[in-house]
Amino acid sequence: MYVHVPFCASRCGYCDFNTYTATELGDSVHRDTFHESLIDEIRFARQKISNDPRPVSTVFIGGGTPTLLGADALTSILGSIRDEFRLADDAEVTTEANPDSVDVAMLERLRAGGFTRISLGMQSSSPRVLQVLDRTHTPGASVAAARMARAAGFEHVNLDLIYGTPGESDDDLRRSLDDVISAGVDHVSAYALIVEDGTPLARRVRRGELASPDDDVMADRYLIVDDVLSQAGMHWYEVSNWARPGAECRHNLGYWHGDDWWGIGPGAHGYLAGERWWNVKHPRTYAERLTSGQSPEDGREALTDAEKQTESVMLGVRLAKGMPTEYLPGMTDAIGADLLSRGLVDEQAWAAGRLVLTRAGRLMADAVVRSVLE
Amino acid sequence: MPVNAPTPKPGATDPSVIRNFCIIAHIDHGKSTLADRMLQQTGVVDDRAMRAQYLDRMDIERERGITIKSQAVRLPYRAVDGADYVLNMIDTPGHVDFTYEVSRSLAACEGAVLLVDAAQGIEAQTLANLYLALENDLTIIPVLNKIDLPAAQPEKYAAELAHIIGCSPDDVLLVSAKTGIGVGELLEEIVASIPAPVGDASAPARAMIFDSVYDTYRGVVTYVRVIDGHISKRERIQMMSTGAVHELLEVGVISPEPVPAAGLGVGEVGYLITGVKDVRQSRVGDTVTSERSGATEALGGYQDPKPMVFSGLYPIDGSDYPELRDALDKLKLNDAALVYEPETSLALGFGFRCGFLGLLHMEIVRERLEREANLDLISTAPNVIYRVVLDDDKEIVVTNPSEFPTQKVSRIYEPIVKSTIILPSEFVGTVMELCQQRRGTLLGMDYLSEDRVEMRYTLPLAEIVFDFFDALKSRTRGYASLDYELTGEQDADLVKVDILLHGDPVDAFSAIVHRDKAMAYGTMMTSKLKELIPRQQFEVPIQAAIGSRVITRETIRAIRKDVLAKCYGGDISRKRKLLEKQKEGKKRMKMVGRVEVPQEAFVAALSTTEPPKK
Repeated sequence: MYVHVPFCASRCGYCDFNTYTATELGDSVHRDTFHESLIDEIRFARQKISNDPRPVSTVFIGGGTPTLLGADALTSILGSIRDEFRLADDAEVTTEANPDSVDVAMLERLRAGGFTRISLGMQSSSPRVLQVLDRTHTPGASVAAARMARAAGFEHVNLDLIYGTPGESDDDLRRSLDDVISAGVDHVSAYALIVEDGTPLARRVRRGELASPDDDVMADRYLIVDDVLSQAGMHWYEVSNWARPGAECRHNLGYWHGDDWWGIGPGAHGYLAGERWWNVKHPRTYAERLTSGQSPEDGREALTDAEKQTESVMLGVRLAKGMPTEYLPGMTDAIGADLLSRGLVDEQAWAAGRLVLTRAGRLMADAVVRSVLE
Repeated sequence: MPVNAPTPKPGATDPSVIRNFCIIAHIDHGKSTLADRMLQQTGVVDDRAMRAQYLDRMDIERERGITIKSQAVRLPYRAVDGADYVLNMIDTPGHVDFTYEVSRSLAACEGAVLLVDAAQGIEAQTLANLYLALENDLTIIPVLNKIDLPAAQPEKYAAELAHIIGCSPDDVLLVSAKTGIGVGELLEEIVASIPAPVGDASAPARAMIFDSVYDTYRGVVTYVRVIDGHISKRERIQMMSTGAVHELLEVGVISPEPVPAAGLGVGEVGYLITGVKDVRQSRVGDTVTSERSGATEALGGYQDPKPMVFSGLYPIDGSDYPELRDALDKLKLNDAALVYEPETSLALGFGFRCGFLGLLHMEIVRERLEREANLDLISTAPNVIYRVVLDDDKEIVVTNPSEFPTQKVSRIYEPIVKSTIILPSEFVGTVMELCQQRRGTLLGMDYLSEDRVEMRYTLPLAEIVFDFFDALKSRTRGYASLDYELTGEQDADLVKVDILLHGDPVDAFSAIVHRDKAMAYGTMMTSKLKELIPRQQFEVPIQAAIGSRVITRETIRAIRKDVLAKCYGGDISRKRKLLEKQKEGKKRMKMVGRVEVPQEAFVAALSTTEPPKK
C-alpha cells in the first residue's frame, strides 16, 4: 500500500510531485486532521475489494513531507491499514521524512508504532547545491537525522541523493557520498536532476538563470555514485537504487515486479487486476469525495496484454537481475549482437539466457528497452 | 452613371469606339481598387454587388493582395460628349516571375494606365513593365493614385513620372481610387488619348491569346484579343502553334460576369470556351484562327514558358506520394508554366523535380499543394539550371545538383539576369556592397529624382534565388524594389558541395555554389545539422566536401545517457506512454545510413535555403 501525504512546508524548485504548501491550500484543507480522510479511503478500499484475502506486505508513506503530520497521525494511518487489511508478519513499513521535521522522540514513536524503515531526502551535502534546489535543511541535518533513526532502532534507513544540479562539482558529489556512507545507512537512491515542465526550476533554466543539467556530466556522476557506493558495500539492484544485501526496498521492488498495490491519498496511483487508476489531485476535492461517500478516483485504464508486457519489460530491464531474453518481444539475434558489441548488456548473463544491463547499459536503459520492445 | 444605355454589342462593335488598355502598377499601389471604381462608374457593377477587389479570383491572391491571373473586363462607357464607347480593361500580373504573361497582355492593348502611388513613387517592377509597354508602342497615361493620403507628394512624383516618360508633369492625372476623385477624368482621358484598335475585318481571323484559365465547371477559358477578321461561335478554330483544331462552344465578353455573344470582331477582347480541360492547349501568346480559310501567318511574340528555378518537392510521409502526384496533375491544368518530373532522393524518398518561373511561382505552387491537397511537403533548396561542358566537349544540362557530373568538367555556365533596383539614395552604398557580395556587376545608375536612384546590375540568377530579396529589403529598411530578367549565361567557377553524414552523402543537401562561397555554405550546413540532428548511439561526423576533399567538419558526440532516473508506481503509466510515443516517433525518422534524422531536421536544414516570404 502506498499512502500519499500532499503537504510540504515549502516548495523545492525541482519538484513536480502532487504537494502543496500551507499558503497554496489556505483554509480549505486542515493538515492536522487530514489523516482522517486517508483513513476514510483505507476503509473505502477494504469495502471495494472485500473479497481479497491478501495481507499487506509493504507500506510506503510518501509525499510531500509525511512527517509534517506528526508521529501520531502516521501511526494511526498504519493502524488503520492493520485493522482493515492485516499486515504480513515481516511487513516492510516505510515513511519518508524531512530532516528538518524529525527528532528522536518522533522517530521512537514511529518505531514503536510499527514502522520499519525511514527514507530521508538528503539530496546533497553542498550548501550551494541545496540552495539551487531550494532545500531548507542544513547540510548536516540529513546525516544527523539518519543517525537518529538508527539510534531509534530503525535497521533500515535510506538517503536520497540528487546529482547533476547546475553548479555542482564532482567534489560536491564525492563529499555527499562520503557523508552518506558515514551515516551508516543501508540504502541509497540517487537520481539525475530532471528539469520537469512547469516547475520553478524549469522557468529559471528557460530564463537562462541556471544552466541546463548536462547529460554527459550526469553520466560521469552516475559512475562516481556507483563506484563509491559499490566500494562501500552497497550494490545496485535497480538503475537508481543501491543497497546492502537484504536491504533492498521491497515496496519499490513490488512496483518493478508488477505486483498489485493500492494508492491512498490525493493523486495516488493504484494497480489491481491489470487495471491502473489514479485519484483526484487536490486534497480538498479528495477529502470532499470521501466525506460524501464517493470514490476519490479520477480516472483509470485497463491495460491490454501488449501494454502489460511493455511495462514488465520497461521495469524489469532496470533491475540487476534483468530479464529472460525469451520474454522480450522485440528481441532478435541482430539486436542482441548489437547490444553485446556496444557493451550494454552483460555477456555472461546473456550466455545464460538473461538480459542484464552493464554499467554503460544502465545509462542507456531507455534505448535498450526501446530496442527490445516490438 | 449610364444605365440601360444602348451599348455596342460584342461582335458588332465598330473598332473606332473601342479602347483597349491595361493598368501597370506595383502590387499595392491600388490597381484593384481603381479597377473596382471603374467597374462601378461605368455601371457594370452596381453598388450593392460591389465587392472589394472584385477582379481577383484566387484565395491566395486575395490573401496576399496580389493579382496573378489576368482578367479582361468590357466596360461600356458613355463619354461626356454623349458618344458610347467600349473600354476593355485588361488586368495584368505585377510580379517579375510572370513577365511573359505581362508582355502578352500588353500586346493585347493600345494603351496603358501607369498607376503609381503618390506617397511611394514608381517601383522597379512597374518601371520594368513600363519600359515593356513603351517598347510595344503603347500610349501611356500617367496617373498618381492615393492622393487622398496625407503622405502623398503629387508634385514630386508627377515630376518623376514626367521625367521617365518624357511628358509634362501637368499631364499626370491625380486620382484617388478609394474616394473616386479623378476617376471620371481618367475615363475621359482613356477615350481621348488611347488610339482605337486597327485591323483588317475582311482578312482571315487572327486573335492573340493573352491568358487562359481553368474553370472546374467550364473547362479552360481562353482570353483573346482579336487582331484581324472575326471569331464566330460554332466555328471551328485552330491553335496556330500546334495546329490543333477545336469546336467553339461559347464566345463572349466579361462584363464583369461572362456574357455569351455571337462572336468577336476586330479590336475586341473576350473569351472562348472550347471544352478542353488543359490550359496547355490554350497557350498564352498563341494565335487563334479559323479552321476554314484560316490565317497563314501567326502573330508574333509567342514563347514557350521557360522555368528558371527548380526545386525537389517531397511528401513528408512517403505514402502521400500518389496524392502529391495527383495534386500536381490537377494544378498543371491551370498552370501552363509548371513543369515537373518524378525524382528520387536517397534522403527524402520519392518526389518530383519541379520547374517554376521564379520564386513567387514556386511559393504559390507549394502553398496550393499544401492547402488544397492537404499535403505536408519538404522542398529542397531552389536551384537554377546549369550548362556543364565536360572535358570531352560533351554538354549536360543540370537541373538537380545531384546530377552534377563526376567526370572532369571543363566549363560551367550559369544563367545571369539583368536586375533593376530602385531605392532611396541613402542606401546606395549598402546595396552596392550586397550586389558585389553576390557576384554582381554594375551596369549603371540613374537618379530618378533627388533622393531616388535606379541601379542596374548583372547578377547570377543563383544568387537571387537564395535570399537576395530579403537582404535587399533589410538593408534598405524595406524601401528598395527589385525586378530582373534573364539575359544570358556566364562561365563561372562553380563547384558542387556535398554534405556527408557519417560518411554518407545526403543528396538533398548538395548544392552548386561559387568556389569562393563553398566554405561558407559548408560551414553553414554542417553547424546547422549539428544542432538539428539528435545525438546517436555512436559518434557522427558531419562533413562538407567538394568531390573527395573535405572542406569543413563538425562532430556530434555519441549519447551516453538515455535513461529515466525514477520509475515508481505513479510514474509507470506516463513512462509507458512516453515509450509508445517514442516508438511512433521513430517511424518519422529518416535513416541516412545508420544515422536517424527526424523529419523536422530535414525541413529545418533545408529551410534556411528556402525563398523569402514575400
